[in-house]
Amino acid sequence: MTFSSFMTRKEAFGFLVLAAVIFLVLPLALDAFRLNLFGKYLTYAFVAVGLALFWGMGGILSLGQGVFFGLGGYCMAMFLKLEASTPENTAIQSTPGIPDFMDWNQITALPAWWEPFNSFAFALFAVVAVPVALAFVIGLAMFTRRVGGVYFAIITQAIAAILTILIIGQQGFTGGVNGITDLRTLMGWDIRSEAAKTTLYFVNGALLFAVLMVAHYIRKSKLGRLLRAMRDQPDRVRFSGYNVASFKIFIFCVGAAFAGIGGAMFTLQVGFMSPTLVGIVPSIEMVIFCAVGGRLSIIGAVYGALLVNWAKSTLSESYPELWLFGLGALFIAVVMAFPNGLAGIWSERIEPQILRLFNRSKDDKTAPKRAPAE
Amino acid sequence: MQERFILKVEDLTVSFDGFKAVDGLNLYIEPNECHVIIGPNGAGKTTLLDLICGRTAASGGSVKFHDKELLSMREDQIVHAGVGRKFQTPSVYEDLTVFENLELNYPKGYSVFGALTFRCDDTIRGRITEIAETIFLEDMLDEKAAYLSHGQKQWLEIGMLLIQDPELLMLDEPVAGMSVAERKKTAELLKRIITDRSVIVIEHDMGFVVDIATRVTVLHQGQVLSEGSMEHVQNDPKVVEVYLGH
Amino acid sequence: MFSDYSWADLGAIFAMQGFAGLTLFAVFVLMALGLAIIFGQMGVINLAHGEFMILGAYVTYLVSTFFAEYMPALFSLYFFVAMFLAFLASGALGLLVEWALIRHLYKRPLDTLLATWGLSLILQQTYRSVFGAREVGVSLPDWMMGSLPLTDLIEVPINGIFVMILAIGISTAVYVMLFRSNWGRQVRAINQNRDMASAVGINAEWTDRLTFGIGCGVAGVAGSAFTMIGSTGPTSGQLYIVDTFLIVVFGGTASILGTIASAFSISQAQSIMEFFLSGSMAKVLTLLVVVGILMLRPQGLFSMKLRK
Ligand SMILES: Nc1ncnc2c1ncn2[C@@H]1O[C@H](COP(=O)(O)OP(=O)(O)O)[C@@H](O)[C@H]1O
Ligand SMILES: [Mg+2]
Repeated sequence: MTFSSFMTRKEAFGFLVLAAVIFLVLPLALDAFRLNLFGKYLTYAFVAVGLALFWGMGGILSLGQGVFFGLGGYCMAMFLKLEASTPENTAIQSTPGIPDFMDWNQITALPAWWEPFNSFAFALFAVVAVPVALAFVIGLAMFTRRVGGVYFAIITQAIAAILTILIIGQQGFTGGVNGITDLRTLMGWDIRSEAAKTTLYFVNGALLFAVLMVAHYIRKSKLGRLLRAMRDQPDRVRFSGYNVASFKIFIFCVGAAFAGIGGAMFTLQVGFMSPTLVGIVPSIEMVIFCAVGGRLSIIGAVYGALLVNWAKSTLSESYPELWLFGLGALFIAVVMAFPNGLAGIWSERIEPQILRLFNRSKDDKTAPKRAPAE
Repeated sequence: MQERFILKVEDLTVSFDGFKAVDGLNLYIEPNECHVIIGPNGAGKTTLLDLICGRTAASGGSVKFHDKELLSMREDQIVHAGVGRKFQTPSVYEDLTVFENLELNYPKGYSVFGALTFRCDDTIRGRITEIAETIFLEDMLDEKAAYLSHGQKQWLEIGMLLIQDPELLMLDEPVAGMSVAERKKTAELLKRIITDRSVIVIEHDMGFVVDIATRVTVLHQGQVLSEGSMEHVQNDPKVVEVYLGH
Repeated sequence: MFSDYSWADLGAIFAMQGFAGLTLFAVFVLMALGLAIIFGQMGVINLAHGEFMILGAYVTYLVSTFFAEYMPALFSLYFFVAMFLAFLASGALGLLVEWALIRHLYKRPLDTLLATWGLSLILQQTYRSVFGAREVGVSLPDWMMGSLPLTDLIEVPINGIFVMILAIGISTAVYVMLFRSNWGRQVRAINQNRDMASAVGINAEWTDRLTFGIGCGVAGVAGSAFTMIGSTGPTSGQLYIVDTFLIVVFGGTASILGTIASAFSISQAQSIMEFFLSGSMAKVLTLLVVVGILMLRPQGLFSMKLRK
């Protein structure tokens, strides 16, 4: 495959600008603390990119992406917690060598399902595999029965609710409402230091770009075209000979994998994972990141995640009431007034202006309008 | 040994909340025949095609294509088995160009992995051009389907079926809403494509039916009223009774 | 989990928890009824439905405070006034929301989810600004307190019986309206063929608005009942939307009896399991079972064959 068939000049330009923002502008403009904060926002971008694929293109709205984000994050957190819970570090516990919250809950031995998370390789595998497996089961059950739309959205929301209550209820195994905290090192490397956090920011950025490339590839492939066709004319696609359910399951699993990676990077950069990132509220907020960016645009999804989270932390520090009103209004505005989000504003309003300026200097060679052949 | 029939519909029934739109229907399709189904509005013609291609679930009976039972298969499996279906209202991908419409239906890359790695090569391009010529759209390949006329959309949909080279083609009112010139072209197109496959056509236009049919079935209230050559059917008193005035 | 109890004990526990779950049942039925009417008619889900319920709860709280302050003699009757006002308040807000928001989104059900979620955030923050973040509770009039002893082991709470009768009464009223009244005929006509209905002179716009308003008003009454089982805070309604929607689809979206049956089984399952498990695990188990069944049977448990 040639490069030009993979990416047009315009698309390449968009990715270059984004790369410049993530790898140059933000690191140069922000101190280590703020950079880490933006690194956290970028972990939500993983989820938003997935949403752009299966919601924007595929028309499947999941209100439970926090579940996959959380599962990825928890898998990473379990590994880090076990590494932090050496017998020396936990000598004061009644059972040394197990995570502190287990000890507080009178658990005296590491549960069997925690054991594999002693291995980093397994944890890495699980970060992707666990969310994908759950997404596969949900997708298989729902999409082969042609359940979609509002129904699917609410079922995923219910799953987010279930998982949150479960995590909080089983605090001996999960750390409960506080989550898994006090994470220290990754294979001996102290992730709490400023230098480590900066390194992790760049790792996160690189992974996000890898995810963006995968998403872009899918968009440009026949599968991408089929997804859009399925959203608008599912029957036509079926009678073209495609098994619609299998494509929906696939793209839902891809979104879950992205979210899982994002969750793991969240744990690494922020140093904990808790049920507050899993439930109904964070899950639906992740949808708004994608919607603000423009539900069809994967690059927009990244900007959306950055912008909304930046606004949130800026506003909610100083005017917490205002923030909720603002967020509520944002949900409404993005549906009623700007259904294509930032990407839409860019391509419908700003880009034509730029092109016009650009073209005025040249000849007045506007593109010939196509007349409908009636 | 060649089978006598490629499609055997036996005792097919579907009931919508008690209303039997198709009621104990039998229909046999021979290889390379052009079988026209006529009948007044609401007779169940469209529903019959829906049942065969898996769009509607039957309440009873059987639909055998060669020796495969279609009633237990998914829509896409039925397509792969070699049954193509054109809808009554043209159903094409409006956002895509004529070329892309045909490309999406090119029988390759049906699986998830196949769709991810699908590349349009010269063979495919050649085949698409060939089909476009058959359906009189060779000059419109880069046109968005949304900009086509009603008749051109009908042709495009037929082309999308042809590119899959189905053994059995089912067309639901292919000339409805077409101009006289378009009708003539369509008849010509149909005559060309029925040479090496079986076709089921639903049609109201009697001139058109006489032109293409090898056999005719008259449907009335979900049941077969009469069957045979056009001449036989036209002289059947039962048909005359329900059909006069339509 | 049952092995520690004798059969007689178990029977008594089931009955007690069952009666204790009646109020929850009433809240569920009324919430689900409102949601089902709107979903069935317009295909949209109002994620702010819980906030409409909480509005009813706040109205009930205000009315009870008002009666306690100024008309203590009539306090025993405040609940009826509160219910009526709750219906009016939530219904009026519903009409407004339909006009400002929902009517623009009928063809986009997924977007409606997002917009109504935004609305719910705004309402929550409004409640917080007006009533404060602290949860408030109401005191019940004397005649609703206490319980009737049925056997020496089993007691029936009076308020539970009261709200259950209320819920069933309102459900019946809605049923009659939907299937016997002129309005109901219009609703169903629009449901079947909007253009045709408009063509024969049915005002689809106002029928939709009224339907939405009535659905929200019933949620307000649910809020009145809610004050008996929980204290009212700005975000108290949020968790109910998931349960309620599950009840609606579990019951099959088309039938009121199905909705009642599914509200009954879910509230009872939860209430009975709460005795044996922690409250949160009872909830997890109930939701898991419901979601599991819905994955295998998306058309719901009590519904007829789904037409494609
Ligand atoms: N999904 C359905 N539900 C209920 N009735 C249907 C459905 N599909 C078709 N019908 C009814 O079945 C009858 C046959 O319809 P159809 O097959 O479209 O007739 P035609 O012969 O005109 O193509 C009509 O009365 C129609 O109303
Ligand atoms: Mg028809």
